[in-house]
Amino acid sequence: MSGWWIMLTGSLVAISCGILGCFLVLRRLAMVGDAISHAILPGIVIAYLLSGSRDSLVMLFGAALIGLVTVFLIQWFQNSGIPSDASIGVVFTALFSVGVILVSLYTRQIDLDLDCVLFGEIAFVPFDRLIVGSVDIGPRAFWGLLLCFLLVATIITLFYKQFKLCSFDPALAAALGIPVAFFHYVLMGLVSVTTVASFESVGAILVVGLLVVPPATAYLLTDRLHVMILLSAFIGVLSTVLGYYVAYWLDASIAGCMVAVAGVLFVLAFLFSPKHGLMGRRKRLAKRMAVTV
Amino acid sequence: MIEMLLYDPNVRWVVMASLLLGLSGGVLGSFAFLRKQSLMGDVLAHAALPGICIAFMLTGTRSMLWFMIGAAIAGMLATFGIGFITRHSRIKQDAALAMSLSVFFSVGVVLLTHIQHHVRGNQSGLDTFLFGQAAAMTMSDVYLLATVALILIAACALFFKEFKLISFDPEFAKGIGLPVAALEQFLMFLIVIAVIVGIQAVGVVLMAALLIIPAVTARYWTDHLGHMVVIAGAIGAFSGFSGTILSTLAHHLPTGPLTVLSATFLFALSLILSPKRGLVGKWLSRRKARMLLVASDHLEQERAFVRGGG
Repeated sequence: MSGWWIMLTGSLVAISCGILGCFLVLRRLAMVGDAISHAILPGIVIAYLLSGSRDSLVMLFGAALIGLVTVFLIQWFQNSGIPSDASIGVVFTALFSVGVILVSLYTRQIDLDLDCVLFGEIAFVPFDRLIVGSVDIGPRAFWGLLLCFLLVATIITLFYKQFKLCSFDPALAAALGIPVAFFHYVLMGLVSVTTVASFESVGAILVVGLLVVPPATAYLLTDRLHVMILLSAFIGVLSTVLGYYVAYWLDASIAGCMVAVAGVLFVLAFLFSPKHGLMGRRKRLAKRMAVTV
Repeated sequence: MIEMLLYDPNVRWVVMASLLLGLSGGVLGSFAFLRKQSLMGDVLAHAALPGICIAFMLTGTRSMLWFMIGAAIAGMLATFGIGFITRHSRIKQDAALAMSLSVFFSVGVVLLTHIQHHVRGNQSGLDTFLFGQAAAMTMSDVYLLATVALILIAACALFFKEFKLISFDPEFAKGIGLPVAALEQFLMFLIVIAVIVGIQAVGVVLMAALLIIPAVTARYWTDHLGHMVVIAGAIGAFSGFSGTILSTLAHHLPTGPLTVLSATFLFALSLILSPKRGLVGKWLSRRKARMLLVASDHLEQERAFVRGGG
């Protein structure tokens, strides 16, 4: 039974990340996702210190706010002439350091295990139950992530056209009067919220894996955005389920196995994708050579 | 208080090692910064984890030398993977970086948890690997770290001209017959080594910062590569020094974040105060430009008046 809850929770993380990750990969913002996932650590800690609990809305807002601050700072440094990769690096390492120091300072007051924040322990998910009235309706993390998934799915569906245009042709989008910067921040806000919602189960660092690896795999398999999003969510779920069994077999971290399996699936797509894979490319090249000869 | 600490030969060595580490991070980071590879340090630091775990599983001991070898192999594999993916598919650099970072790291986490559940023996030190604890290093670690840092700095000094050329104008470097690809690999190798020795002192996640922040900060003060390398080295050295001292003073605070925050402090100062690129400098030059504009506007009006009136 608890295995089902773990896979269900993991799948919710994977689907939310898979949807958002497609836009990150297309807009070449993959490392910004990495930056956000590190940078929200101080947000998590401060919100935890203020509210005293791990599952409050305060925490979600605190971390989303820090996520937006991160994106804003990166943008600002970039505009002031620092190359984008260096500005990403400066912002997230500095914020992450603040987070680690806060955890070390208040380590006695808070029961927030740094290892747990960074790597997550999805195996503990089924034990923290949400009880409404006197009815046990399942793990708390599951409901939080379900809420997060609904939020992501609703916003992306409602503004699908805008997000699509902003990803492929921001200049055209701006010319058509779409507030490109606003949608950029909405996307980043969603990434922050998803990262916070999933940090307990897969950890802040491994969220990046689910944000980037399944979308990149899907990117090798299709040229259509909605197919890519669906594929990416599917690959995420597949990684979760397979990862769970691999972790069970190896007796190791479930979150780690999920991302590692996603990595294997990427390598398979990289080698064998008919259109964009290594073999496909080589075959087409050989065909062209044969024709010219 | 600080004098008392420095009187202790052990502490003196640790401080010395962190200082040298910061220095080499700043120097190498300058080249990485110019070649737009700042985030490579972050990727390499994460990618080192599985290498270190495998080294521990194979040797069963916590020896820094074996950790370094394992991490170097993993790091080189990661850089190779990034290059291969970006060259042979439509995946862009940023996604390739993020992917190899997270996949290598997750494999590391899997191995780490496997070790924690199964292998008995001395496994302490694998945790400090993540955040660094310079004070927890043994003396032989410190000697090794200091030696490696010195070698890295010497290598940069020796190959300064070559690295400068491949950073600014690889085509020209190729034209005059330099082995550009080999030099690029060599520079990457030096960065891998810096990241790996740095892990012990400041931790995986923050070693990346030592390669980025001093270089970015130095860029605020100069346009000259030679000066930039020296300034970045000095900033890195200062951060390593103050981070270690602060961490020794406040017992349970990890060294890495304190070192990074020292560097960030200097970065913030430069961001505000640098004469050319800083906020104050920009504001001043903008004001000057506006005044000039107003003055020339007046002049223009006067001329028009004279012309019209005459």
